[in-house]
Amino acid sequence: MVAGTPHISLAGSGALLLDGAQGAFNDATQELVWAVADAALNLEGVREAVPGMNNLLVVFDPLATDAQSLGEQLKSLWASTEASAIAGTHHTIPVSYGGARGEDLAGWAAHCGMSVDETVRRHAAATYTVAAIGAMPGFPYLSGLDPRLAWARRSTPRLKVAEGAVIIGGAQAGIMPMTAPSGWHIIGHTDVTLFRAEAELPVLLRPGDTIRFAIAGIEA
Amino acid sequence: MIEILTTGLPNTVQDLGRPGHLALGVSHGGAMDRQALAIANLMLGNDPSAAGIEVALHPFRLRVHIDTAVAITGADCAVSVGDRPCPPWWAMAIRAGETLVLEAPRIGARSYIAFAGGLDLPPVMGSRATDVKGSFGGLAGRGLSRGDRLALNPAQCGLPAGGFGSALEERRGAADGAACAIELRVLPAAEFDAFTPEAQAAFTGNEWSITNDANRMGYRLSGETLSLLSPLELLSHGIVPGTVQVPPSGQPIIQLADANTCGGYPKIATVIEADLWRLAQAPVGARLRFLPVSIEASTEALRANRQRRRDFIAARNLIVGKQRAP
Repeated sequence: MVAGTPHISLAGSGALLLDGAQGAFNDATQELVWAVADAALNLEGVREAVPGMNNLLVVFDPLATDAQSLGEQLKSLWASTEASAIAGTHHTIPVSYGGARGEDLAGWAAHCGMSVDETVRRHAAATYTVAAIGAMPGFPYLSGLDPRLAWARRSTPRLKVAEGAVIIGGAQAGIMPMTAPSGWHIIGHTDVTLFRAEAELPVLLRPGDTIRFAIAGIEA
Repeated sequence: MIEILTTGLPNTVQDLGRPGHLALGVSHGGAMDRQALAIANLMLGNDPSAAGIEVALHPFRLRVHIDTAVAITGADCAVSVGDRPCPPWWAMAIRAGETLVLEAPRIGARSYIAFAGGLDLPPVMGSRATDVKGSFGGLAGRGLSRGDRLALNPAQCGLPAGGFGSALEERRGAADGAACAIELRVLPAAEFDAFTPEAQAAFTGNEWSITNDANRMGYRLSGETLSLLSPLELLSHGIVPGTVQVPPSGQPIIQLADANTCGGYPKIATVIEADLWRLAQAPVGARLRFLPVSIEASTEALRANRQRRRDFIAARNLIVGKQRAP
């Protein structure tokens, strides 16, 4: 089920935020977000279209179009665009769970009321979809986390979470493409590189790509 | 070739940034005070987006190893070129072996140094701006250190003897944030109506000050605690520079050039693009005041900015004549 009309708000003089969220994250809405993002790039004055989680930020030149008419155009795109799953690339990401580079593993299992092995097994059993890339270069917001593994973000973010950290934030999963602050929980580590600024394709993951985590080891 | 003599890591190579990659999580970045860098470049006949140096930590000293020309804009600080004092917003020749010195600002926070031809660095994702968070762009993706050497692109800029200066009307007598609060024009953002009437009134009625936690990613402010009508859980969404978020602490954060491209905190307002330079020039401790404006007013301010740049290019061409890089 896809939401009817997105809530549209101003994000400064040169951007509009289309919010299609109705409570929890919805996969069908996200497919619509991707499709509208592609279509929006063809509209007069639009510079960038940035999918978020069930929402879309559209950056435009306010001297080439105006917020009012662009908002109307985006609303009709939202209504008329056919949502479709993207045939993305599938990636297998090997993860060393726990240990010094997965310090929240035991706490996570305890929070979920399961053994460490069972928690890890469930994390590695799911297929995740890259819903959006953002926050930092190449960071994937992953949907598809087993609801029993969800864990609200830390109340105080860590100032440094290492590149390669495999993390959980609320109902979302992620992987750190670089060392940066984060309020998500660290459950393991991968050596897969997600971002190379100098490469022709700087990011490994794209919206619509799917991911499985492979258990490379578990250290309680 | 130029050589850095005195610096701090907050000083970085910047140009006008790398728009177009937000959907990859890459910030626009670039000069915090875009107009200052653009004008410095234009004074030398460079493309406005040529790479220069953003000085956020003064004093700053460098030596040039070739005869060239520099333009210094942005903060109002004492500048000397060799043994000659250089007025604010001035372009002048500098000879091989001479040093350029920028002292602590009297007013403002960030200085921009442009070089004839621009700094010769490889573009990364279409820009030479330093992205410190992602460790790319600029000089090896990091701030400048003593002893760093940077090459210049070849150029002829034909300045008049003694150089020339520029003065921007809107900069004259601008509030310094100390004696007088800096006014920032804002548009309401998505969650404005989710704040209590008291919070809405305090946001525009009260003054705010910039805390020590202020850098190219954003400024944390202190002032009255802003409360929501009821707790709000938002899904992550794209944000732009100028976004004023209110985290659970109730103390606002203004997201700036190197901000994360997505965030999740409620947004009360957005500082209009035409006023972002005022934030770039607001030092830690500066007092701020938010002034609500219409979308038409914010667009008009942007139009005026672009017109000023065109006028500037026309005036510069009258003084110096059109120049082309060889």
